[in-house]
Amino acid sequence: MAENKGILVFGEIAEGEFPSITTELLGCGRKLADELKEDLSCLLASDAVGDLSKAAIAFGADKVYTVEDSTLKRYEADCYMQVADQVIGQVSPRVILLGNTPMGADLAPRLAFRLRVGLSTDCLELSIDPGTKQLMQTSSVYGGNAQAIFTAEALPQIATIRVKAMSPIERDESRKGEVIPAKVSLDMSKVKTKVVETIKEEVAGVKLEDAPAIVCGGRGCGGPEPYDSTLKELAAVLKGAVGASRPPCDNGWVPEAMHIGLTGKIVAPDIYFAIAISGASQHMSGCSGSKTIIAINKDPEANIFKQAHFGVVGKFEDVVPALTTKLKELLAG
Amino acid sequence: MPINMIVCCKQVPDPEAPPASFKVAGDKMTVPPDVKPVVSPYDENAVEAALRIKDTIGGKITVISLGNNLTRDVIKKPLSVGGDELILLEDAAFEEGDSWATANALAAAIKKVGEYDLILCGRQSADWNAGQVGLGIAEILGIPAVSVVRKVEVVDGKAKVERAVSDGYEVVEVELPALLTITSELGDLRYAALKGIMAAAKKQPIVWKPADIGLEPSQVGAAGRCVKLAKLFQPVRETKCEIIEADTPAEAGANLAAKLREAKIL
Ligand SMILES: Cc1cc2nc3c(=O)[nH]c(=O)nc-3n(C[C@H](O)[C@H](O)[C@H](O)COP(=O)(O)OP(=O)(O)OC[C@H]3O[C@@H](n4cnc5c(N)ncnc54)[C@H](O)[C@@H]3O)c2cc1C
Ligand SMILES: Nc1ncnc2c1ncn2[C@@H]1O[C@H](COP(=O)(O)O)[C@@H](O)[C@H]1O
Repeated sequence: MAENKGILVFGEIAEGEFPSITTELLGCGRKLADELKEDLSCLLASDAVGDLSKAAIAFGADKVYTVEDSTLKRYEADCYMQVADQVIGQVSPRVILLGNTPMGADLAPRLAFRLRVGLSTDCLELSIDPGTKQLMQTSSVYGGNAQAIFTAEALPQIATIRVKAMSPIERDESRKGEVIPAKVSLDMSKVKTKVVETIKEEVAGVKLEDAPAIVCGGRGCGGPEPYDSTLKELAAVLKGAVGASRPPCDNGWVPEAMHIGLTGKIVAPDIYFAIAISGASQHMSGCSGSKTIIAINKDPEANIFKQAHFGVVGKFEDVVPALTTKLKELLAG
Repeated sequence: MPINMIVCCKQVPDPEAPPASFKVAGDKMTVPPDVKPVVSPYDENAVEAALRIKDTIGGKITVISLGNNLTRDVIKKPLSVGGDELILLEDAAFEEGDSWATANALAAAIKKVGEYDLILCGRQSADWNAGQVGLGIAEILGIPAVSVVRKVEVVDGKAKVERAVSDGYEVVEVELPALLTITSELGDLRYAALKGIMAAAKKQPIVWKPADIGLEPSQVGAAGRCVKLAKLFQPVRETKCEIIEADTPAEAGANLAAKLREAKIL
C-alpha cells in the first residue's frame, strides 16, 4: 500500500445540498492539511453529485472524489462501506474525518474496525502534533463531564467531529481543485440491510438547527400540553423554535426530532431558554454553544443555574406567560 | 420461532449523578462512593428490546459484561427481569480497554457462546460515549448491523427495525444473525418483580478470563488498546448567573423580559 498522506473527509449531501457538517468537515480538514502541508480530499457519494464537487473545492478541498450510483441516494451502511473501503484504498489518506451524524457515526466504527485502526468519536477539536505528525483528538466523554485527548499510531487515523464544533472557511469560487470520478464496484450481494421506508418527523416552522432562538422544555413541563401552548407562544414571539430534553421525547410527549443534547441535536442559537430542565451534562452538551442561556426552574439548586447567564426561580406556568406578554409588548414598541 | 439473543451490558458509574461529583484525578475519572454503579442506560434499553422479543416469539437471552470487580447486584439486574444467563468477562487484564480491545473480547466471547440470532448493544456507553463497540463487534463477526434503533420486531428470520435519524426514522429490514444498537426511545427497562430478584440472586454468573475466550492478556484491556489516552481533563466553565428576583414569579418573568431588552440580548 502507498504511503498514507493527506486528509480525506466524507462529505454528506442532503436533498442536493451540503448540510452544515460538510462545510465544517472541509474547514477542519483544510486547517489540518495546512498544518501538515498535505492535500485535502473530499469524498462525495450520492446518486447525483452535480455542482457540489465545485462547491467542495470552494470550501477548501484540493481534490474531490465523486462516486455516483442510484443505490447511493441515501445512506445505507452496506453500500457506503464498499465505497469507503475502495476509495480509501485509492487515496491512502493519513487522516479520515467524518461527521458525528447518523451517517458518520454509523460508518466510522465499521471503517475503523475493518481497517483495524483507532477511532475517536464526537471530537470537539483536532490538531496535528508538529513533532510526531499525529492527530490529537479531543472528544467529550462522561456525558460532557470531561474531555479526553486521544492519539493513535496506526494509519489512517479516523475521527468523527461534532456538528457545529468546527468552522467552515469562507466560500471562495476562485479556489482551484481537481474533480476525480472514483471507480467503485458495488456488490449488491453484500448488502444485508434494506431501508423499506423513511418517515419524516420534522416539526413545522423554524428548523431547530437554524433557529436564532430556542425555547427548550424539559421533564418538568409534565406532559405534551405546554409544548403546544406556553412554550410555543414564547417561541413565536422570538421567531424561534421549540425543543426538548430527552425525557419528553422518550415519553412520547414530543417527536424525537425535537431532542437536544449529546445524543440529540446540537444547537447554538443566540438565545436558549431552558425551561424546567435540570441541566444534566448530557443535555448541556447539545446547547452549551448558545450565546445566552436563560434558565427557568422551580428548584434554586438546579445545576442549570450554574450554566445559565440569566435565571428565574419559579414554576414555569407562572413565569413564562408573563415573560411572553412583556416581551411581546417590548418587541412591538 | 424462538431465537437466541445476546445483550452486551456495561457497568458504569451512575451518569445522572450531579455533574459536580465527577472529578478527574491524574488520567482517571473518579466519583464519590455515594455515586453507585449502574447498568449503562442504553444497555438497559437493549435488555428491554430483548425481553419484548422474548415476550412475543420466545427465546433465550444471554447477557455479557466485560470489566473487573463488577458489582453483582448491579450486573445481575438483567437476570432479575427475565434474562436467562449471565457471562462475565472479568479479570484485571480486561481493565482500561478501548473500544477496539472491548469489542474484540466481546466478539471472542460471543463466538464461544456460538449460537446467536440477534446481538443487542446500547447505542453508546454512558462513560466513554464512544458508540463504537456494537458496530465493531458486528464488523469482527462479519454480520450486518443497524445502529440507533428505537423499535424491533422479529419476523421470519428477519428483524424489522426503526432506525432514528435527525429528521425522523427509517424502517430497515435486516437478515439474521444481526447486531442492533438500541436507543432510549425504545422504552425503559421494566421493573423486576420480587420473584425475579430472588431467582437472580440464586443464579451464578459464568466467569471467563482472557484464556477462556482464546485471547492473550496482551490482547485485552489496556495492553490491547488501539487508541491511547493522552490526557483526561475538565475544562472550566465560568458563567455567572444573574437571578432575576421579584415578589411573584409572574413579576420575575416580566422583569426578565425587561432585563433581556435592556442588555440588548433581544
Ligand atoms: C449516555 C447518555 C446520553 C444522554 N443524552 C441526552 C441528550 O442528548 N439530551 C438530554 O436532554 N438528555 C440526555 N441524557 C439524559 C440526561 O442525563 C438527563 O437525564 C436529562 O437531560 C434530564 O432531563 P430534564 O432536565 O428535562 O429532566 P429532570 O432532570 O428530571 O429535570 C426536571 C427539572 O424541572 C424542574 N421543574 C419541575 N417542575 C417544574 C415547574 N413546574 N416549573 C419549573 N421547573 C420545574 C425540576 O426542578 C428539575 O430541575 C443522556 C443520558 C445518558 C446517560
Ligand atoms: N465493558 C463492556 N461490557 C459489555 N458491553 C459493553 C462494554 N463496553 C461497551 N459495551 C457495549 O457496547 C455499547 C457501546 O459502547 P461504546 O462503544 O463504549 O459507546 C454499550 O452500550 C454496550 O452495549
